[in-house]
Amino acid sequence: MRKMCLDMVYQLAKEDERIFFIGSDLGVRTLDQFKEEIPSRFLMEGISEANVVGMATGLALEGKIPYVNTIAAFITRRCFEQVVLDASLHNVNVRLIGNGGGLVYAPLGPTHLAIEDMAIMRAIPNMTVVAPADADEMCRFMPLTVEHQGPIYIRLGKGYDPIVSNDAVPFEIGKAIPMRQGSDALILTTGITLKTGLDATDILKEQGVSASVLHVHTIKPLDVAAILDHAANVRAIVTVEEHTIIGGLGSAVAEVIAEAGFDPAKRFKRIGLPDVFPDQYGSQESLMERYSITATELAQTTLGLVEGRPQAASTADSQSPGKIVIR
Amino acid sequence: MSPELDTRSLSLRVKIVQTMTASKRGHLGAAFSLVEILRVLYDDVLRYDAKNPKWADRDRCILSKGHGCIAIYVLLAEKGFFPASELDKFCLSDGILGGHPDHKVPGIEASTGSLGHGLPIGLGMALNSRYEGSDSRTFVIIGDGESNEGSIWEAALSAGKHKLSNLTVLVDYNKHQSYSSTHEVQDLEPLADKWKAFGFAVAEVDGHDIEDVRSTLRSLPIAPDKPTAIICHTVKGKGIQFIENDMEWHHKSQISEKDFQSLYAALGVS
Repeated sequence: MRKMCLDMVYQLAKEDERIFFIGSDLGVRTLDQFKEEIPSRFLMEGISEANVVGMATGLALEGKIPYVNTIAAFITRRCFEQVVLDASLHNVNVRLIGNGGGLVYAPLGPTHLAIEDMAIMRAIPNMTVVAPADADEMCRFMPLTVEHQGPIYIRLGKGYDPIVSNDAVPFEIGKAIPMRQGSDALILTTGITLKTGLDATDILKEQGVSASVLHVHTIKPLDVAAILDHAANVRAIVTVEEHTIIGGLGSAVAEVIAEAGFDPAKRFKRIGLPDVFPDQYGSQESLMERYSITATELAQTTLGLVEGRPQAASTADSQSPGKIVIR
Repeated sequence: MSPELDTRSLSLRVKIVQTMTASKRGHLGAAFSLVEILRVLYDDVLRYDAKNPKWADRDRCILSKGHGCIAIYVLLAEKGFFPASELDKFCLSDGILGGHPDHKVPGIEASTGSLGHGLPIGLGMALNSRYEGSDSRTFVIIGDGESNEGSIWEAALSAGKHKLSNLTVLVDYNKHQSYSSTHEVQDLEPLADKWKAFGFAVAEVDGHDIEDVRSTLRSLPIAPDKPTAIICHTVKGKGIQFIENDMEWHHKSQISEKDFQSLYAALGVS
């Protein structure tokens, strides 16, 4: 997904002279071809995220479209004020590409994890937040970033993530994509958890539960109409994200559901990281497993809600996320 | 020793005080230390068209130490970027001028106020001018307290690397920040050496001496392959003795009628 994203920046830049690429201190040979062919629009400015976002804003105020790339944790947290006051307050066409959203950098520890990036970026006026599911979806999304007005945060996965997106559906920023249709439950996904959601529906099907999957690649602006439409006739709604349960997809959907005035009340559950800093290294997969962000857990949680079992609250701040309590 | 302030410098200061009348508030000391720097820029140096503020070939001027905004508002109004009547609505709900510069105001290039933002933005603008082959220049006015921010020095590194001779940083070095003297809070010395070490050509001027500021700004760039830093030695609150270097006047709200009378009297207005 990362390779596709950066390749697309290069391809788009060849066609559009407004496009600049700004890196901080990326891996050796990153976008070598871009640098060689279009050196005047390729900038590698060092480990100085605040400066890089400000510089990108200056270029964008002059009509350019800078694509800024570094590790997701740094492009969101380290320069948050520049993202807010420079790129977003001025509402300019800066594109922030965050490598390794979520738990991708698990072996490197909590300093490099981006588990609250969608929450903080979503809270900024004018900001658009997009987390494609795989490289194919990235390919469909990136051309739209050229003409989109205002700043965009692009959350990248690990790379070589399994292709699960649907190429039959045109990508539209802010438009969620229905991936499965079911009548009992609705599973909402973003980024790479689309695969988790699809796998969970397969498990649920075997257990006689019919679940929809709505892929919410754009966390902001949220496709409220699609969420309400898909939530209208199901008993249970479950969100799944590689992100803290505070402020991300789950929170965004909960806000919509809570204000919708559904009657009767829906059963609702957020699956994601509890309110903790992950305490293990390992791999993205092992941390997803540790915090129950898996198809098996998603299926079990959904089944429990559909069957009306009581559930533990999701707000536990322990290292063990809330799980279904079976009485 | 700076020369005596001339009639124009005093008149700009009177307008700054008048601007604070309705809201009874403002960063007066910061605005007063900037007056001559901004006056020379807008009178003698910058290329602009007040009726076409987004003219592509204009010079860009960013007041990164945004709290000194009343000084730039007074000049922009005088030059015709917006009606002078807006000054009377400073910080009011029906006005366009707030306590920090807003990019929606004609003539204001970037919203600033939180410190350390203007120079990276100006760096991007200067890079764009060079990319476009334009001869327009970018000027960024920063504060000395603002120079505590790491982003200033991150941007300085980049500007030096890119040899942006179309970028000029003016440091309003009044030696005071909100709490106390810069020497006490976070000493910047040796300041000129720091800018030189970051790849800038450096000049030092008396920031209240019109001729000194003007002649330096008219001889840019100082070096053909370097950005310029001009350290402007100034006095916080310059022009009214009882507010000079008095941190009580860094920012003041609820300015009393008596205070206003004292300010006007000190500026020779009865």
